[in-house]
Amino acid sequence: MTTSRQTDVVARFSRRHRLHPLEALPWLLIVVSFFLFPDYLALGAQILATTLFGLSVDLVLGYAGIVTLGHAAFFGMGAYTAGYLAAHGVGAPVVGMIAAMAMAGAVGFLSGLIILRAQGLSILMLTLVVCVMLQEAANKATSITGGADGLQGMEVAPVLDLFRFDLYGKTAYWYAAIVLFLGWLVARTLVHSPFGRSLTGIRENVARMRAIGTPVFGRLLTIYTISAAMAGAAGALIAETTQLVALNAISVDLSGVILVMVIFGGVGRLYGAFVGVPLYMIAQDRFSEIDPTYWYFWIGLLLVIVVMFARGGVLGLMELLWQRLPRRRVR
Amino acid sequence: MTELALETRALCKNFGALAVASEINFSLAVGARHALIGPNGAGKTSFVNLVTGALAPSSGHVLLGGQDVTRLSQAQRVKRGLARTFQINQLFRGLTVLENVTLAITERHGFAGDFLRAAGRRRTVIEEAYALLERLGIADEALRPVKEIAYGRQRLVEIAVALGLDPRVLLLDEPAAGVPSGEAGTIIDVIEQLGADIALLIIEHDMDLVFRLARRITVLVQGAILVEGTPQEIAADARVREVYLGEHVHHR
Amino acid sequence: MDSALSAAISIAFHGTAFAMVLYLVSVGLSVTMGLMGFVNLAHGVFAVAGGYFMTTLIFGLGIPFYLAVPLAVLAVALLSVPLERFLYRPLYGASDLDQVLMTMGLVFMSVAVGKYFWGPTAQPFYPPTALSGQLEFGLRSFPAYRSFLIGSGAVLVTLLWLGLDRTRFGAQIRAAVDNRRMAQSVGINTSRLFTLAFALGSALAALGGSLGAEIMAISPSYALDHLVYFLIVVAVGGLGTIRGPFVAALLLGVSDTAFKYLLPEFGAFFIYALTMAVLLWRPRGLFGQA
Repeated sequence: MTTSRQTDVVARFSRRHRLHPLEALPWLLIVVSFFLFPDYLALGAQILATTLFGLSVDLVLGYAGIVTLGHAAFFGMGAYTAGYLAAHGVGAPVVGMIAAMAMAGAVGFLSGLIILRAQGLSILMLTLVVCVMLQEAANKATSITGGADGLQGMEVAPVLDLFRFDLYGKTAYWYAAIVLFLGWLVARTLVHSPFGRSLTGIRENVARMRAIGTPVFGRLLTIYTISAAMAGAAGALIAETTQLVALNAISVDLSGVILVMVIFGGVGRLYGAFVGVPLYMIAQDRFSEIDPTYWYFWIGLLLVIVVMFARGGVLGLMELLWQRLPRRRVR
Repeated sequence: MTELALETRALCKNFGALAVASEINFSLAVGARHALIGPNGAGKTSFVNLVTGALAPSSGHVLLGGQDVTRLSQAQRVKRGLARTFQINQLFRGLTVLENVTLAITERHGFAGDFLRAAGRRRTVIEEAYALLERLGIADEALRPVKEIAYGRQRLVEIAVALGLDPRVLLLDEPAAGVPSGEAGTIIDVIEQLGADIALLIIEHDMDLVFRLARRITVLVQGAILVEGTPQEIAADARVREVYLGEHVHHR
Repeated sequence: MDSALSAAISIAFHGTAFAMVLYLVSVGLSVTMGLMGFVNLAHGVFAVAGGYFMTTLIFGLGIPFYLAVPLAVLAVALLSVPLERFLYRPLYGASDLDQVLMTMGLVFMSVAVGKYFWGPTAQPFYPPTALSGQLEFGLRSFPAYRSFLIGSGAVLVTLLWLGLDRTRFGAQIRAAVDNRRMAQSVGINTSRLFTLAFALGSALAALGGSLGAEIMAISPSYALDHLVYFLIVVAVGGLGTIRGPFVAALLLGVSDTAFKYLLPEFGAFFIYALTMAVLLWRPRGLFGQA
């Protein structure tokens, strides 16, 4: 016998995955920006690619609760894979993208296999070590990566043989936007699925998850691999749209910075990267005209303040404000 | 001969020189109402951890429904019908009550690994979770985060999560611990109403609860079984009274 | 044969000097992470601060080396107190992520501060005349300053270990690392202990940073550049232990020197691979508590 109350609760609970009108906002902004800022499309493409990278970090950090200081390892693997292919005759971007995702995903799988059985601090250290190891490898393997000078001689072909990468960045922009959209679809589906919910459980209380029969290691390895592939796609995007791959793509610095961007936006809310990455990158772009050297001071200060007072980032603050608004409470 | 729901054979666990479990031969019949009692530090929770697989034994065997599960992980044992609650609530504090229970039920059904269909689409799971909450009298707080509800009710959520696994063997580690006496009654009622097919093992300090719920009692002292029997036998046993002299006075 | 032996001695010597510096800087981190359970990525900031203060005292105020170093160390120790009180203490119970982020913020800030006050290039370092030049040991000569580093490092390490084993303060630290709540219930004032331990760790870092400026140059990005090595020393050695990081520092210092000399085309790659192997084999470090 179902009561109306039960129907109500069940209905509310099962509706959570439905698209909310606000979720169209990022895509609206992306389309509108194309027309409003025709001179900034190159930057726009980079922001879009970095957002995808941030999204991959959010999946692992905000949902599975794995603190990673080395996600640039996968971003960089993707970038170098796409770049290497483009420099050796395989210039088709989509091919490069798929290869990048496969490569980054493989590295993610292998490293996850090794490190995900560890706990807390050990995982942190190990993610850092994996990244710095790959960074050093990229630094030294100059014949493959170009070392400190960066990968030379990339020749990226038109997307799907139709859309040439033009000087204004129009192709780059839409290419990045579409890849981001696909990545977002994957992330959103994942997050609302039973798998995604179980990741939240793992993050909240791993002991409890084991006690309800969850194969924790398997779940973590899966999301880690998917996230690595996504980061690899982002890396390929950067490589293909800028036709440049340098050591900073695989650096510990980048791993730290992407973490900061997602934190600023708000972790574990799916859209943290969509907020944090553009804010950071646009601010950095503006700031670098005023004073490039001291950007890191303000970012550091902001980071300390955010951790102490505004842990949920921008989205977290918005949530707090939303809750404070006077409105009818439906129980 | 009826198969035992749970059995341990010569189960031992040593931490260096400290033996938290010595040659424990324990059996739990199908549908049992069994209590495990003993003074603090006797190794009761360690025993539960050994049985569930959270702790690996130094030697001995654990059998579930007649099958040796000693080498299986916690998660694998859960899949074979073993569930437990924790002495201190281990819940997903940031998630809602309903979410806590649906996680367990989803795992049980085996579609927790599904990453394509939205969790919300599986209405049967949600309805089952809600029904369970209703049975335990906490359905009115289904959509509230666990950390916001009273501790006694959280304890009920803890039991709901375990029940969501539809276990054949249920291990309750001090279910009424930390619960104000006014709310303990609900918990006891819930336990009393558990199905006859579930084999129940309760760890408890509260003797009233033990004598009310248990048909068989095992007394554990310093990692070894001191004596086992019906409540009347245990109450009459001089050794038990000796071991509990201080404890018993304290708990009154 | 002779040149191989010579190379080995050279590697051992320079590796040990490097190890001493690494240890001095990292031992404080081991205590912080083991005692307060705090993931402090900004530990290197105290080391480089010591180096910067020393350089300013020597070149800006003409104060001799032997006085500049203790003054610099003292300054850093004093500075660490309000930092611990207002930035670290509120996050003692916080998640690893929060601690990582906050200290990362501090590192970012320190890079900018270093650049602002001292410029982007590395600070010059000239050992005092008594400690410069070469020392003769039979058929071989060794750089005098590095010999000094090894010697003074050994003395400092011994003092530290004795201090930890013999003094009450040391006993309190060991107790609190072992079991914080028990230590509190025995009457140990853990907040004051933490502040003192933090100051001591920062002071040691400053000492390592200033003395070691010859090997690890004082530059704005110091805390970032050497972060991984500090973390490796602590993680491989064992959090909260004093002896563990010493062994780890020796292993790291000597193998880093060896690899860079014998296999420069691989750089630190094998170091990192070995670190992973050790951490997987012994997640708590070689001497960490189980």
